[in-house]
Amino acid sequence: MSGSPTLITDTQPQTRSATRLDERSLALRRTIVRMMAAGSRGHLGSACSLVEILRVLYDEILRYDPQQPRWPLRDRCILSKGHGCLALYAILADKGFFPVEELDKFCHADGILGGHPEHGKVPGVEASTGSLGHGLAIGIGFALAAGHDRLGHRVFVIMSDGECNEGSVWEAALYASKHQLSRLTVLIDYNKQQSYGSTFEVCDLEPLADKWAAFGFAVEDVDGHSLSALRSVLTRMPLQSSKPSAIICHTIKGKGIPYAESNPEWHHKSKISDDEVQQLLAVLASPPGVSS
Amino acid sequence: MRKACLETVYELAKQDPRVFFIGSDLGAGTLEQFKREMPERFFMEGVSEATVIGVAAGLAMEGKIAYVNTIATFLTRRCFEQIVVDLCLHNANVRLIGNGGGLVYAPLGPTHLAIDDIAILRALPNMTIVAPADANEMRRFMLATLAHEGPIYIRLAKGGDPIVTSDQTPFEIGKAVPMREGADALIVTTGITLKPALDAAAALSQHGIDAAVLHCPTVKPLDVEALRQAASPVCAIVTIEEHTLMGGLGSAVAEVVAEAGFNPAKRFTRIGIPDVFPDQYGSQASLMRRYAITAEQLVSTVTSLLSGAMQATRS
Repeated sequence: MSGSPTLITDTQPQTRSATRLDERSLALRRTIVRMMAAGSRGHLGSACSLVEILRVLYDEILRYDPQQPRWPLRDRCILSKGHGCLALYAILADKGFFPVEELDKFCHADGILGGHPEHGKVPGVEASTGSLGHGLAIGIGFALAAGHDRLGHRVFVIMSDGECNEGSVWEAALYASKHQLSRLTVLIDYNKQQSYGSTFEVCDLEPLADKWAAFGFAVEDVDGHSLSALRSVLTRMPLQSSKPSAIICHTIKGKGIPYAESNPEWHHKSKISDDEVQQLLAVLASPPGVSS
Repeated sequence: MRKACLETVYELAKQDPRVFFIGSDLGAGTLEQFKREMPERFFMEGVSEATVIGVAAGLAMEGKIAYVNTIATFLTRRCFEQIVVDLCLHNANVRLIGNGGGLVYAPLGPTHLAIDDIAILRALPNMTIVAPADANEMRRFMLATLAHEGPIYIRLAKGGDPIVTSDQTPFEIGKAVPMREGADALIVTTGITLKPALDAAAALSQHGIDAAVLHCPTVKPLDVEALRQAASPVCAIVTIEEHTLMGGLGSAVAEVVAEAGFNPAKRFTRIGIPDVFPDQYGSQASLMRRYAITAEQLVSTVTSLLSGAMQATRS
């Protein structure tokens, strides 16, 4: 493992986050709720744990041009945990990859935004995902092509903790380290909750950092809701010059919505009611004195 | 056939910098020259078919053409979801080269018998499936793979298979090849069963039966127009394939014939592997005989169907 972890890995699930959300983080979450209202469904918890990871990436780290989503020199970012797409759609819309009106057609027959993101349909989506355990291998292909073509762009793959149950993830990890893909960074949204319940109960991943290190990655732990901590680590990529990097982002599922945090009932919601939407928006309202 | 296939991959790589090769722990020395001359585009990876397919998709999405090679059963069954999502959903320019299509690996048992590869891949949108009949046709086909859009599954036979196609016949992906005209019966085949089909047609002609042979190296998309045209004049249609009867060439032909609404209806029979895991080892040839995938079976099937059709006409 490279450097000192910024956060000691806790083998017990965190249930509440200490990190306070600023207005932009709240606004992105309100956009998530706006889409859920349009589609009457969505993976709220899985999206809310991702917001700060995506925000720092798209605000400060990735090179891209929303007007040219296929710009060859752009950094590639694959949301391998495709069920977290509400957070991705929120940031892509915010950046102008597609008109914000699309947000109100989430899961509609005439919309481009589905329950899992599709490449070729949504500008800015680099790969169609939704079935877990696919994104890392595709990202390796991107990274190999970039190396072959002597291009300088980087590849980021965001995975869930439950996704790390998949054997294909570890096959791909071996492959990435064999090829010393230092331009490749894996970010694991380690919210310690999967669909049924706690990762410790369903399929314990610990020691997760040691596993990635053993598979040949340079590893660092980070508070996945701390903008400064994420910024600090993501501006130091690659962590080592001849290794792919793995950033284990300790997050809270449903972050920002106290009654949804670490609550498996909010992993995925279908048939969400208007009252529930209003309640969510109230929780995510800007603090007094802040204009939204 | 495998040699012709891989040699052509090497040639294609020499002429086109988009061509990459990925093997999954293949035999020592595979494509040594490719590796030596173009190491940056040659990858020999571990026993990890799912990842290999995903990586190939990623390369293809970046504008490369990835040729992936391993044993056909592992290339189709183990990583089926990667084929569906990474290759087909992205319509990726990846060519899957499956060693030992059909009963080639008879001595190795059911884990290695690719008798369902066509059926499982035929269900996938964007997938093209090609089973050449011999090494010459394989070479002509491989040259056509460079310009094709979307994934292709390439079914390899054993090797040393008799040459039955002509270099004069241009290969076009998606086009059937009428090998022999005939007005009494139609034999439809793919891959190496072209040889027994031609032998059967020759034997039938000795008995005054004029059997056409339609070779469909591309099983998907099937050349529906050529099939309808060849089927139109005949009374009886027989398909032959080195594949399970569930969902392969015979099923594809049956779908077309059933929907064509021929009047009078055609007599129709499929020859192939029944719905079983083969219970013997031996050789490809011995299993072909066990399941009657032979010229002799074709002759008797065609004869019997025509005789039935004649009786029906009389009564």
